[in-house]
Amino acid sequence: MNQYVVLRVITKLMIPVILLYGLYIQFHGEYSPGGGFQAGIIFAAGFVIYSLIYGLDKAQEAISPEAAHILAALGVLLYIGIGIASFFLGGNFLEYKVLLPDDHAGETFGIIGIELGVGITVATVALTLFYSFAGRERD
Amino acid sequence: MVAIAIVKIRNLFAVTMLTGIYSLLAASLFVVMDAVDVALTEAAVGAGIMIILMLGTLALTTSKEKNHGKGQNLLALVVVFITGGGLIYGTLDMPHYGDPEAPAHTHLSPHFTQESVDEIGIPNMVTSVLASYRGIDTLGEAVVIYAAAVGVLLVLGSGAVRRRRKDDPKANPKANGGEERS
Repeated sequence: MNQYVVLRVITKLMIPVILLYGLYIQFHGEYSPGGGFQAGIIFAAGFVIYSLIYGLDKAQEAISPEAAHILAALGVLLYIGIGIASFFLGGNFLEYKVLLPDDHAGETFGIIGIELGVGITVATVALTLFYSFAGRERD
Repeated sequence: MVAIAIVKIRNLFAVTMLTGIYSLLAASLFVVMDAVDVALTEAAVGAGIMIILMLGTLALTTSKEKNHGKGQNLLALVVVFITGGGLIYGTLDMPHYGDPEAPAHTHLSPHFTQESVDEIGIPNMVTSVLASYRGIDTLGEAVVIYAAAVGVLLVLGSGAVRRRRKDDPKANPKANGGEERS
């Protein structure tokens, strides 16, 4: 898509906004609609647009498929890790209020943590799916 | 109406686009019903990423549906009508939309709406239900998504595997296919 100047310029302008919006949805999820799932998809959409316009190779230089696989696993592990951490701090599995001395702070901390885990997993999984579909050629 | 068009049209590219429109319509329906979180998900996943993935699949296969002839299956029609009738009959027992006496609104909803801010300390109830009260549920969803990625990788392989094979044309494709994915 090298010849479409308009597309390239507009995409360059749009991608930071998309990624920032994804982060906003992620970390503002306690106050407004949104959360890990939506944020992850929006974040991945930014990279998908990038690879549609600039080519799959460039996108895979930014986030390689291997890094995406590892991050996807790390997201789930972060979620489970927070669950197990609250387990060892004297609560039930995923009972966040034991994480910090203050109940509300602990709950908020835990929720932000697991939403981050979900967001990382969803973003990298969506990216992985896109890579594996777009990386193939017609047989 | 969009659904009927999706069933009828044989050009799969058009069908993909109509599926996206259908998702967007569903998202606006969710907004009307004040389920903004769900609407956001539907718009992002259904109208965004899913369409991209379907287009990627179309690029790999073909955008024309094969015509299997006009043979009409009467038994299928009967089964569909019985199932649909059963589902509609089932919804007759459900409470009306917004009914304050509905069972869902008498047990847990008051607790969530009135006390979740005190208990959890964050204003968005949907997030506190999703992440705290139903934390294990959401954990299951995250694991399911991860499992989906693992499944796709096992079937299709990641994009990088194919590229490496292209760089090295002498390599035996069969020997190269299975090993590097693990």
